[in-house]
Amino acid sequence: MIRFETRNAPPRALTVGVPILSALVALALASIPLAFAGANIPTAYAEMIKGVFGSKFAFSEMLTRATPLIFTGLAAALAFRAKLWNIGAEGQLYLGALAAVAIGAGAIDVPAFVLVPLIIVFGAAAGAAGMAVPTLLKTRFGADEVVTTLLLNFIILIFVQMMLEGALKDPMSMGWPQSAPILDQGMLPQLMDRMRIHSGLIMALVAAGIAQFMLARSVWGFRLRAVGENAAAARHAGIGVNRSLMSVAIVSGGLAGLAGVSEVAGLKGYLTADLSPGFGYTGIVVAMLAGLSPVGVVISALFIASVFVGADSMSRAMGVSSYLADLVVSMSLLCVLIGGFFARFRIVRTISEVA
Amino acid sequence: MLRLARLNPMENLKILSLNALSKRFGSVVANDAVDLDLHRGEVLALLGENGAGKTTLMNMLFGHYLPDSGSIDVLKDGVMTPLQLGHPQAALAAGIGMVHQHFTLALNLTTFDNVVLGSEPLFSWRRDRAGARAKLQGIMKQSGLEAPLDVPVGQLSVGERQRVEILKALYRDARILVLDEPTAVLTPQEADTLFENVATMTKNGLAVIFISHKLREVLAFSNRIAVLRHGQKVGEIATKDADERVIARMMVGADTPITPRENMAPGAPILTLKDINVRGRSKRDGLSDASFSVHSHEILGVAGVSGNGQSALAGLVSGLIRPDSGTLSVDGNEISRPDPLAMINVGVGRIPEDRHHDGIVGAMTVAENMVIERLNDTDVQTRGLLNRDSIQASAERLTKEYDVRGPGSDAAARLLSGGNIQKLILARVFDQNPRLILANQPTRGLDMGAAAEVGRRLLEARKRGAGVLLISEDLDEILGLADRIMVIHDGHLSEVTTRDREEIGLSMAGEHA
Amino acid sequence: MDILQILLTDSFWAASLRIATPLIFGVLGALICEKSGVLNLGIEGIFAAGAMAGWMAVWLGAGLWGGLLVAALVGAFFGLIHAILTVPLGLSQHVSGLGVTLFATSVSYFIYRTALPNVSSPPRIEPFQALDIPILSDLPFIGPVLFQQTAMTWLALVMVVLVWYVLSRTALGVAIKAVGDNPDSVDAQGLSVYGLRIGAVMAGSALMALGGAFLTMSAFDAFFFGMVNGRGWVCIALVIFASWRPGKALLGALLFGAFDAFQVRLQTEVGAFVPGQVFLMAPYILSILALVIAARGADYPRALLTPWFKGQR
Repeated sequence: MIRFETRNAPPRALTVGVPILSALVALALASIPLAFAGANIPTAYAEMIKGVFGSKFAFSEMLTRATPLIFTGLAAALAFRAKLWNIGAEGQLYLGALAAVAIGAGAIDVPAFVLVPLIIVFGAAAGAAGMAVPTLLKTRFGADEVVTTLLLNFIILIFVQMMLEGALKDPMSMGWPQSAPILDQGMLPQLMDRMRIHSGLIMALVAAGIAQFMLARSVWGFRLRAVGENAAAARHAGIGVNRSLMSVAIVSGGLAGLAGVSEVAGLKGYLTADLSPGFGYTGIVVAMLAGLSPVGVVISALFIASVFVGADSMSRAMGVSSYLADLVVSMSLLCVLIGGFFARFRIVRTISEVA
Repeated sequence: MLRLARLNPMENLKILSLNALSKRFGSVVANDAVDLDLHRGEVLALLGENGAGKTTLMNMLFGHYLPDSGSIDVLKDGVMTPLQLGHPQAALAAGIGMVHQHFTLALNLTTFDNVVLGSEPLFSWRRDRAGARAKLQGIMKQSGLEAPLDVPVGQLSVGERQRVEILKALYRDARILVLDEPTAVLTPQEADTLFENVATMTKNGLAVIFISHKLREVLAFSNRIAVLRHGQKVGEIATKDADERVIARMMVGADTPITPRENMAPGAPILTLKDINVRGRSKRDGLSDASFSVHSHEILGVAGVSGNGQSALAGLVSGLIRPDSGTLSVDGNEISRPDPLAMINVGVGRIPEDRHHDGIVGAMTVAENMVIERLNDTDVQTRGLLNRDSIQASAERLTKEYDVRGPGSDAAARLLSGGNIQKLILARVFDQNPRLILANQPTRGLDMGAAAEVGRRLLEARKRGAGVLLISEDLDEILGLADRIMVIHDGHLSEVTTRDREEIGLSMAGEHA
Repeated sequence: MDILQILLTDSFWAASLRIATPLIFGVLGALICEKSGVLNLGIEGIFAAGAMAGWMAVWLGAGLWGGLLVAALVGAFFGLIHAILTVPLGLSQHVSGLGVTLFATSVSYFIYRTALPNVSSPPRIEPFQALDIPILSDLPFIGPVLFQQTAMTWLALVMVVLVWYVLSRTALGVAIKAVGDNPDSVDAQGLSVYGLRIGAVMAGSALMALGGAFLTMSAFDAFFFGMVNGRGWVCIALVIFASWRPGKALLGALLFGAFDAFQVRLQTEVGAFVPGQVFLMAPYILSILALVIAARGADYPRALLTPWFKGQR
C-alpha cells in the first residue's frame, strides 16, 4: 500500500528542479504525437532547436514571442498568489491593445515622449478595468471570477471586432477589419536593426523585477500573500481582504493590458482580432511553470516561447501540425502540477497486512 | 447522577483485543505498543490528555489509520479472529462502530439517508426504503435514541446529530461502539441522557469504549479505566478502585498544577455592549439584546454549548461582524464602524477559536505572523516597505519570551505544533499590552501544560488591569478562571450568580432562560 | 409587434430547444461533477474533444451511435485525467481543469490537423436527422417544436430524467451527494471517497463530450476549430444558476437557448440599426448576469473544491 506524507519544507532543489523536469518531460512526451504524425523524431527535435538557437534572427523571434507571455504570466502569477483566479488575461490584453490604438492611431498628435507614456498608461488602465469589473462582481455579489473572466474574454473579443468594423476601422484597410496604424512616434523603440524585437521586452523584464521586489519586500506584497494563503486569518488580522483583492486585480489586469500594448505598439503597429494566439491562456501555464514567482515567469516564458517558435519552425520544415506547440504547452502544465505534488508530498510505502 | 450497575453475567467474554499497536507520524510516536482488551457489555474509559494518542488508537481500530506494527483480534463466531487492518469496511463488517468527535455526517442528507448510506447496494435502480426504515425504527425503540428521520441533518441540534451518529453504528450491527469525546459538545443534561442511552445499550450486550479527558465523567460512567500518556498505556484500573487523584496522576504523571488566582476588585468598564442584535447563520446562532460590560481587572466567562451565539459574540468583539442594531464601545468610546483593524487599534487583543483557520497564515513565516496585525506600525514598515531586520529582531525576542518552539522564526508557521501556534498568537496579542482580551476557546486541543500557560497569561493580563472576555465550552475552565460568569443559550446572554455546575448546566440548556 | 410575433413562431421554439441541447448535456455533466465535490473546468476542452472524436469516428465509418459512444469514452478519458489530478492527488481543481481544457483542445486540434493536413473545406458526415414521428410530428406547433428534433435532443431530455432519478432516488445518488457535502461521512460508512468522485467526474465528463458531439453530429455536419466558442464556460455559470438541480438545469439551458434564438431573430428585425456583435455578446452577458443574480444565495456543495486525503482528518 502506498501513502502520501507531507514534506515539512520542500528542499530548494525540488522547488527549482520540478518545473524544469516537468518542462523536459512535456518536451519528451511530444515524441508521441510526433510519431503519430509520422515524423522522424530526432530530426524533429533538431529542427525545433535550430528554430530557436539556429540564428540570431531565430533567437530574437523567440524573445519577441516571450515578451507578451512575460506580461500575461506576471498577470496570472500575481493574481493567483492572492487566489484571485484571473483567467481573463486574454480579454484584458485586447482591452490594452484597443486603448493603445484608440489613443495612438491619430486621435491625438503629440511628440513621442508624451504619446508613448500615454499609450502605456491608457493600455494598462484599460486592462486593469477589465479585471476590476469581475473582481467587483466577486467581492460584491460573490460571483465566481473564474467564470466571469472566462466569459468576459468572449465578450471583449466580440467588442473588439465590433470596434474594428466600426469606430476604429482603418479607412485605408480596403474592407479588412483592422484598426488604423499607431503613429510612428507612438511606437515603442526597436531593440535591434532588421529584427522584430522591441523595447516591450525591457518593460516586461522591469515589470518582473518590480513584481518580485514588491511581493517579497513591500507591505502590499505581504498583504497579497496573506490574503492568498489564508483569507480568513488575513481578515481577522485586520487586512482589508477586498481591498487587497482589488489592488491585485488592478495590477494583474494592468499587466495583461501591457501585453496588448506591447504587441500593438511594439510589434504589429495596428490591431486585428487575431492579435493574440491565446497569450492570455498561455500566461497561466507560464505562471504555473514558474511556481508563481515573478522572476520564474521570465524563465518559463522564455521556455514556452521557445516551444512555440521551435515548433513553428519545425512544422514548416517537416509538415507536422503546429498545434504540437499547444500540445506541449498544455502537457507541461499537467506535468508541473503532478511534479508539484511530488515536491510537496513524499511517497511512503507501508505494509498493508500484518499477519 | 446515574451510576452504572455493576455488570454482569457475561463479564468475562472478551470480544476485542488490541495487541501492541504502534503508530508514528514522522518523528512523533503517537502510539507505542498499546495493548487493550474489551469485554461484552462493559464501558471502558480511555483516558488521556490531548495528544496522548487516544484518537490515533481508535482510528487504527476503525481502519482509518494503518498501524506501523501490532494486530487487532475481534471475536467472530466464538473465536478471536485477526482484523484486516487499514480498512474501515473490515472494521464495519466486524461490528465496530465509531462516533467521531467531529461528526461524519452529510448535512444535506436526511437522518435516514445518513444512517443507511453505504449499507445498500450502490448500483441498483431501487432502494428498499421500507425495510431499512423498519429496521431503524426498531433500533430507535430498543436503544431509546430518538431523532427525526426525514429532516436534513443540517437542521438538527448537536445532541440529535450525535444520536444520528450512534444510530449509524447500531444500524450496521455494531457490537463495539467507540465514542470519541462524546460530551464535549453537550450540555451536562444532554450528557446524562447520552449515558442513560449507553446504559440501556450495554445491557443489550454492546461494549463501549469511551474516550475522554474529563475525570468526573469517566469515574461516573465507566466500568474500567485505561490511561494513555505520550502514546503509551500507563495504567489500567477498575473504576470502583479509582479516585480522581489516582487517575489524574496517571494521566499527567504528577499532581495537577493548580493555577493560583488572587482576588481582585474590578475597575472601570472597558468593553461595553448595549442592546446588541446580530442575526446569525441559524436562528440560534445570533445574539439578541446583548448588554454587558467587561471591566478592568476582570475575567468575564461566557459558558454555553457551542452554536448558541458564541461565534456571533466573538465575531462582534473581533470586528468581523457588524451588529444589526445596538452599540459597542471600548473605554466609553463607541466604535461606529467595527472592523478588525478598528478593534486592534483601540487595544482589543483577539485569540480566535480556530487558531489554524483564523489565527495564523500557515504558509507565511513565524516572524511574519507575529507582525501581521500591526503592518502599519513604523517599526514594521517605512513608506510601504517592510523593515525586515526589525521584524526579525522582534520575532526573535517574542519566540524567546513566549517560549515558541519550532524550526525557527524563518520557518512556515504551519510547521509549529498546536500548542506552539497558540503561543505565537499569545505572543502577538499580549506583547501589545491590550486593554481587552477576547479569548475564544483558548485551550481547546492543548495539553495540560500549554493550557495552564494560557490561564497564567490571562490572569497576568487581568492583574495588569486588562479585561478578559473568556468564551469556553469547558465549564471547569470558566469556573477556574472567571470572576463573573454569563451563560449563552439561543443567542441570549444571562448572568449567573451561582458556581454550581448543575445549575449552570440547566441554564446552558435554556431551562432558566 | 414583430418582436412579440417571434415568440409565437414554432421555428423559434424549435431553435431554442436545439440550441439548448448541447448545454443540457454540459450542465448535467458539470452538475454531476460538482455534486461530488469536483469543479470541472475541463468542460470547454472536453466539448471540443467530444465534437472532434464523435465526428471523426463517424467519418471513419463507426456510424452515428458508434460516434456518440466514442465521444463519451473520450470525454470519460479526459475526465479521468482531471479526476486523478484533483481527487487522489488533491491538486487545484481550477488549474487542473484549465490544464485539461488546454490539453483536450490541443490534442483534438492536433489529431484533426494531422489526419487532414491539407483540406480547404472540412469533410462532411451525414448527421443525425430530425426524427419524423407519424402523427406527433404533424401536430400544429408542438409537432415542429418537440417532434422534429434529432435523436440527440431526445437523448438530452432522457438524460435530465435519468440524472434526476439517480441523484434523488438511488443509493448511488445519495452517496454522490454525501461525498460532495462531507467526504468523511462516506468514508466512515465504508464507501470509497476516491471511487465515487472519480466515477462521478468520468460520468459527468462523458456527458460533456456528448454535448460537444451534438455540435458536429447534429447541429452541423463537420468539425471546425473554435466551434465550442465558450459553451462550456456558459454551462459552468448555468449550474450555479440551476442550484445544482437537474430540472432547473434543463430550465436554465432552455432559457439560454430561447434567448439565443431570440437574439438571432431580433437581429434580422433591427440589425440595420444595431451592430451584429451586440447580439453575439448578449448570451455571454446574460450568463454573467445569471451568475451575479444566483451567486448570493447559491447553495454550493459544501465540499466543492476541497481535496480530501485518506487518513488525514
